[in-house]
Amino acid sequence: MQTAQIIPTIRSVGLNGLLVTFGDTATDAANRAAIAFRSAVDAQAWPEITESSSTLVSAFFRVDLSEHGFDGLRDRLSGILDGQDWTSVSLPAGRTLWTIPAVFGGPRAPQLAEAAEAAGLSAAQAEADLTSARLRVLTLGFAPGQPYLGTLGEAWSIPRQVGLTPNVPAGALVAAVRQVCLFTKDTPTGWRHVGQSAFACFRPLSDTPFPLAPGDEVQFTAITAQELARIEAHNADGGGGALSEVLE
Amino acid sequence: MRGLVVQQAGPAMALQDLGRPGFLAVGLTCGGAADVRAVHEGAALLRQSPTLAVVEMVGTGGTFEATQDMRIALTGAVMTAQIDGSAVAWNASHALPKGAKLTIGPTRSGTYGYLHVGGGFAGEPVLGSRATHLSCGLGVLVMQGDVLPVGPDKPGDVGMTLTPEARLSGGTVRVVPSVQTEDFDAAIRQRFENTEFRRDPRANRQGIRMDSDGEGFSNPKALSIVSEVIVPGDIQITGDGTPFVLMAESQTTGGYPRIGTVLPCDLPRVAQAPAGADVRFAFVTLEDGAAIQARANAEQAKLPGTVTPLVRDPATMQDLLSYQLVGGVVSAMHSDLDEGE
Repeated sequence: MQTAQIIPTIRSVGLNGLLVTFGDTATDAANRAAIAFRSAVDAQAWPEITESSSTLVSAFFRVDLSEHGFDGLRDRLSGILDGQDWTSVSLPAGRTLWTIPAVFGGPRAPQLAEAAEAAGLSAAQAEADLTSARLRVLTLGFAPGQPYLGTLGEAWSIPRQVGLTPNVPAGALVAAVRQVCLFTKDTPTGWRHVGQSAFACFRPLSDTPFPLAPGDEVQFTAITAQELARIEAHNADGGGGALSEVLE
Repeated sequence: MRGLVVQQAGPAMALQDLGRPGFLAVGLTCGGAADVRAVHEGAALLRQSPTLAVVEMVGTGGTFEATQDMRIALTGAVMTAQIDGSAVAWNASHALPKGAKLTIGPTRSGTYGYLHVGGGFAGEPVLGSRATHLSCGLGVLVMQGDVLPVGPDKPGDVGMTLTPEARLSGGTVRVVPSVQTEDFDAAIRQRFENTEFRRDPRANRQGIRMDSDGEGFSNPKALSIVSEVIVPGDIQITGDGTPFVLMAESQTTGGYPRIGTVLPCDLPRVAQAPAGADVRFAFVTLEDGAAIQARANAEQAKLPGTVTPLVRDPATMQDLLSYQLVGGVVSAMHSDLDEGE
C-alpha cells in the first residue's frame, strides 16, 4: 500500500509560506513524516516562520514571501529534509493519548450498520474495529479543533455516500476513506455517522480551546445511550467524559 | 459607559479586526476584516493602531448614538453618512459629540464599509482578537439595542481625509502561481487569464464565486488531490469548473485544486467588487508578486503621512449654516461665508 520511496517536494503557497509535501496520496507514512518534519523545523525556531501546521501529507510554514525570499528558505528546508528518512522518524514526544467515550449505532449514531455493510463487516465487528484501533490525529481542520483520525484498516476504505446527510451533530464520529472525523459542530456531510460522543473539539472560552493536537492519539470506548445522556447532562466544560494522558 | 448605542442595525454588521493568526494548525482560519486596507486607512485617519476593532458593514449601515464625545472615521465601500442630519464625507474622520446621531445608509459603491472609532471598539477579545467569525461561533452580529463599548481615546484631529486606493469596482487582480497551478494545463491557465469574470451575487466572507461565459476551468489531472492547506486569496476551482476566490473566513484546508493565489494587496479589490463587477486575473511570477507586495506594504506603512484636512468647499456643503465657522483660517478667508454667498 505505502510506497517505500517518498520524494518530498517544497512549493510556495501564494506569498504566504512554504509547503513540504510527502506524497500525493494520503498514506499513513506521509502523515507521520509531515508531523515529524514540522516538529523538527519548529524546534529550530526560525524567525522567518510565524506559524506552522500540518495537513494529511504536508507540513506548512507561514513566511511572508514578500519579505523573505522563497529560494533561500526552500534550500534551508531542503537541507533539513535531506538529513533523514522522515517516514521512519518517530513522532514527537509529549503527545496526548485521549480515551473518548462514544455510543456506536442506535438512534444516536444511525449509520453504523450502513457503514459496516459498506466495509463488508457486521455492525459488531465494525464497532470492535472502531474501539480497538489506536487512531492518530492526522490533522485538524475544516472546523476549529476538528480532528481527522486514522488510519483504519483496508476494509474501511469506504467512499463518501453520494448524498449529504443534512445535519450531523457536534460530537459525532463519522467515517469514510479509512478515517474517522469527530465533528466540532453540526455539519452537513457525506461521511457516515457511526458514533456519537459529547467531546467538544473547540472550547473558545476555556484555557484549552483546542484540546487536540496533530499527532495525538485517540482511543474510543463504547458506552450506552443512557451513559452518554448522563455525561451530556454535566458537560459544561465539553470534556465529554474523556480521559487524557501524556505519551512519553 | 463609553460606547456607541446601536439604534438601528443593518443585516450584516459585525466587529472585525486583523483576525486571529497563529491557529492554522488547529483548524482555525485567521478571519478578520474582508478589506484589510480599509482597516489601515481608518487607523491612519484616527492616528491609531490598525489592530483596534472596527465595525464592518455590508449593504447598509445603521444608526448610532455616542454616549460620550468621540472621533469616528469611515472607510471602505462608500455609504451615505450623516451626523445629526448633515451629510459627512466618507474616507474621512469626524467628531461625533455626545448624544449626536450617526446615520450610515445604503452602499453607493463597493461592498464592505467600515466604521472606526477613536480608541477602537473594546470588549473582551477571544483568542487574541475581537473579530467576529460566525461559522466558528466566535462573536455575534451587531444588533439593534446593543451598546458597543469603545476604548479610551487620545485627543486627536478630526475633519481629516485621505485618498483611498481605488478598489471598489473590480478590475484586474494579480495572481501568483501556487501549489496546484501546474496541475492545470497551460491552455486552461491561459484561458483563465483571458476571461472576463463577473463577481457572482453568491459571495460571503468565506469565498466569492466568479461567473464567466463559456466552459469552466476544471482539469481532469487536478480533480483528485489530497486535501491541502488554504490561504486567503486562493482561487479554488470546484468540480464544475467554477472559480471561487477564498476569503478571510475560508476553511484552513480544502480538497478542490487551486489555480493560483491573489496577491494580498489585491484581495481588497476582490472583496469590494460589487455583484456583477468585472474582474480579471493576471498571473505574475513569484518574484514579481513578492516585489509588488513589498511595495504595497511600504505604501501602506506610509498611509498616516497622506492624511490631509478635509477641504470644505462651499459648493459641496449641503447645510452651510450648520457649520460653525469659528475663528481660524476658513472664516478669515471667507468672511462672507456665513451670509450664504
